[in-house]
Amino acid sequence: MATAAATLRRTPLYERHAALGAKTVAFAGFEMPIQYAGIVAEHRAVRGSAGVFDLSHMGEFQFTGPGAGAVVDRLVSSDVAGLAPGQARYGLLCNERGTIVDDVIVYRVADREYLMVVNAANVAKDRAHVLAHLGKDAAFEDRSLGTALVAIQGPRAAEILAPRAEADVRGLPSFGVTRSRVAGAAATIARTGYTGEDGFEIFVANDAATRVWDALLAARGDAGIVPVGLGARDTLRLEARYSLYGNEIDETTDPIEAGLAWTCKLDKSFVGRDAIAARKAQGPGRRIVGLVVEGGVARHGHEVASDGRVVGRVTSGTYGPTVEKNIALAYVPTGLSKVGTTVAVRIRGRDVPATVVRTPFYRRPE
Amino acid sequence: MSTVPDDLWYSKEHEWVRAEGDVATIGITHFAQEQLGDVVFVELPEKGATVRQSASLGVVESVKAASDIYAPISGEVMERNVKVIESPELVNSAPYGDGWMVKVRLADKGELRQLLSPADYRSHIGETAGAGGD
Repeated sequence: MATAAATLRRTPLYERHAALGAKTVAFAGFEMPIQYAGIVAEHRAVRGSAGVFDLSHMGEFQFTGPGAGAVVDRLVSSDVAGLAPGQARYGLLCNERGTIVDDVIVYRVADREYLMVVNAANVAKDRAHVLAHLGKDAAFEDRSLGTALVAIQGPRAAEILAPRAEADVRGLPSFGVTRSRVAGAAATIARTGYTGEDGFEIFVANDAATRVWDALLAARGDAGIVPVGLGARDTLRLEARYSLYGNEIDETTDPIEAGLAWTCKLDKSFVGRDAIAARKAQGPGRRIVGLVVEGGVARHGHEVASDGRVVGRVTSGTYGPTVEKNIALAYVPTGLSKVGTTVAVRIRGRDVPATVVRTPFYRRPE
Repeated sequence: MSTVPDDLWYSKEHEWVRAEGDVATIGITHFAQEQLGDVVFVELPEKGATVRQSASLGVVESVKAASDIYAPISGEVMERNVKVIESPELVNSAPYGDGWMVKVRLADKGELRQLLSPADYRSHIGETAGAGGD
């Protein structure tokens, strides 16, 4: 433990987490806060008010130059070419086999400048993948280590961020992005997140991270906002049915079976397009479904059984603090993927009944 | 409330035992619930089941993970706490009270002597917290 900890990276907010009494965990080579007050309390604060997250472990790739848009459009499954400056979109990096290298958000920050946010655990792999397809018309820079990311998520996020930001963040549309200042520091502000709530992600240079963090958490007392760790980030994203790389998606899964066909613009050329189109035409043999489990908590790796036979595997599972149910995502054969189908999850050798349900498990009130 | 009450026996695996005559009530300690975080599911043996010292007695699941509860003593389960199955958060809010797990008829009172005293348990968790952290 101690030797492993010595090699872990820390974000610029590490001292803040320690002062807040966070429990930390090794994640993607970083020592990250998993919880402060407790996962359930943090989860509920985000659904009911707002929470502030340190996501500085995430990777940030910058593409600039006259060919930047074309390069990113060729790398990413979704319609990057259709982004106007100030717009962002979710998409996938795929390989030629049509399986998933990573899931990313692409932000067209300026006319000839794109920001691609990638998963922390995949930074090195993604960088190699990008460089293999880069060509000569765009400049690429991996800015991951110099960039901090602070998110504020929840129904009160806009109200809390507005007085601390120069830009009109209330007027920023969903998946909008703008260059501005937060707490006096130069920042890229995006209306994106991974919680199922309204919210913002704020990219700043490392040396401005504590300023932004402190400014947002200054609203703690009156607004009921709290710092939120990776534990609640996971329960929030799972209720909202967002994929997690390494769980729902990886290089053995394709976008069709993962329920991410909507991110693939098949009438353009991108890496993996032909293989994905073929898989779509064929129809997937298995699909990701949402499960509600009665009488146990399903976890990543648990087997899914039907009529006593193993037919699939749980990719993520937890207790959902807002839906107040044990929820899971799992790959099952297409024939068992219909809403209402009953299967079982093998938990500690016992077949625990589970029902296929519509997802997301949680949808925020309009 | 003390986090290590003086009237209980303890196991190194962070269970407590309240012995009254030949009946033992078993739960997990304040330290254990703090380490686990929010408990969301508890699985316990039915009345009449036999539990063996140091073998798995049941499971507590926090939001993040499942952990075994080990039987600190051997015996026959007389009652399991239905309230804690319905409201697992009692393990966090009242680990020595309403968050108890099972009542067991002691098979061998001599086993109690193999458990830790409150003082020994205090130093046990002091060591654990100092050496490992998390």
